[in-house]
Amino acid sequence: MSIDQIQEEIISEFSLLEGDMEMTVFYIMELGQKLPVMNESDKTEDNIVKGCQSKVWLTAEMENDTIHFSADSNTAITKGLVSLLIRIFNNQRPEDILKADLFFMHKIGMERFIGTQRSNGFASMIKQMKLYALAYQTRTQVKS
Amino acid sequence: MTNTATLSVSIDVEKIRKEFPILHQQVNGRDLVYLDNAATSQKPLSVINSLVDYYKGYNANIHRGIHTLAEKATKAFEETRHTAKKFINASSEQEIIFTRGVTEGINLVASSYGRAFLNDGDEIIISGLEHHSNIVPWQLIAEEKKAKIKVIPVTDQGELDIEVYKKLISSKTKIVSVNHASNSLGTINPIKEIIALAHEVGAVVMIDGAQAGSHLEIDVQDLDCDFYCLSAHKMYGPTGAGILFGKKELLEKMPPYHGGGEMIKEVTFEKTTYNDLPYKFEAGTPNIGDVVAFKYAMDFILEHGKENIAAHEHALLVYATEKISALPSVKLVGTAKHKVGVLSFTVDNIHPFDIGQMLDARGIAVRTGHHCTQPLMDRFGIEGTVRASFSVYNTKKEVDQLVEGLERIINFMK
Repeated sequence: MSIDQIQEEIISEFSLLEGDMEMTVFYIMELGQKLPVMNESDKTEDNIVKGCQSKVWLTAEMENDTIHFSADSNTAITKGLVSLLIRIFNNQRPEDILKADLFFMHKIGMERFIGTQRSNGFASMIKQMKLYALAYQTRTQVKS
Repeated sequence: MTNTATLSVSIDVEKIRKEFPILHQQVNGRDLVYLDNAATSQKPLSVINSLVDYYKGYNANIHRGIHTLAEKATKAFEETRHTAKKFINASSEQEIIFTRGVTEGINLVASSYGRAFLNDGDEIIISGLEHHSNIVPWQLIAEEKKAKIKVIPVTDQGELDIEVYKKLISSKTKIVSVNHASNSLGTINPIKEIIALAHEVGAVVMIDGAQAGSHLEIDVQDLDCDFYCLSAHKMYGPTGAGILFGKKELLEKMPPYHGGGEMIKEVTFEKTTYNDLPYKFEAGTPNIGDVVAFKYAMDFILEHGKENIAAHEHALLVYATEKISALPSVKLVGTAKHKVGVLSFTVDNIHPFDIGQMLDARGIAVRTGHHCTQPLMDRFGIEGTVRASFSVYNTKKEVDQLVEGLERIINFMK
């Protein structure tokens, strides 16, 4: 599925919650519980995404021509939010990640339940994922 | 704490709630339950209206204007000083300095008194219960003057270990600075004893009254404290205003903190002479509107009576403590014998941050995290707590809503 198709899928899933904040928070945490387990050895200081009020660890590796992300957080809600980004960007090509417009965030009213401080942390998470994409794209270009 | 859960009859909470317009709103589809009062309290109509009246009716720069508005504004500004003097039983209005709040009060004393009277090898004693604002200003001046900081340790119950304090104080101790009540745990400290012990070795004492102003009796003469500071916004007043009390003889010996207008007597390029107390420490145009409104906040407290407010909050604390400590996997942090209405706790395997977000989804405002007391959190080996703090307008029903919210979260996370 393309990045935009996955975003549309997420938007329709969240629309079922009809804006009920408590249901939304519980749903986000459930999504976090389904996030594949990250290796404990990857939870290093170097892999912490700066700016998040709660801790987020993120790693990326290139498999064939797509990027595979791994992440975890010490708080359940952040982990759920992170899982949405992983779902959208995982196994996508660096160039698609770089040009992606994350319209789902506004559509599911994410800013309403993330809060300013966390939005910033979330923004740095997106930035970090795009930086990984840029690094892999550059490396591929240099090799070819 | 006593085991009675009956609420005080001297406080008509439904009547009081009518004075706080902000409480009557829905957050995330439910009635707001505001339990973050230790961070800042909400403001009654009398305070809100006094701000509107000031800006609509008599906004003017104070003290030097000769026109009618300036006279009116000056009178209102000085009336707050008069009320503050009575509020803490200072012996003179010259001992009341307006600040932006407790943080500025502590910085003023650390900087001015510290710079003038601290020397190499002197010691400053603070406690393990302090807010960062009663740690960092002392670190700054200690570094500059090569002074040492000593810390009174905290017991497992969240009380200060006074026996250790007795061993820490010596002829080297020049300043002792502790809070009246802890913002993170609610512990009320035995400040009268702490002050008396410090005076035996000739040290001066600063009390951070941020968590005391809205409900504890403060008599600076009876306490014999040298400095005491308050923040208006934690006492139903506006943000950005507060007072520093200082004993006149000490304030007179201290050099000015900020230079500028208002604090001078005469200025030439060769030499400036300073204004009398309290103006020597009030450089520049002060926060007139908020200081004017601060009087109405103190009047609100005096009208309802600190004793009644404290009794109401204590009853809520006792009730909430019973209910919340009975929940599975909850651990209370801070079980001191004497507490203000602050209840801090952790829940096994659930991050405080998640609890805060989930409670917010139900319209319940609590605070989560380290509450600007990282060393205290380290002492208990935790990252942070969930903190519910009660005020005069909170109800038993709101405590029930908090407990219900917590039950749902704990069940969901199982």
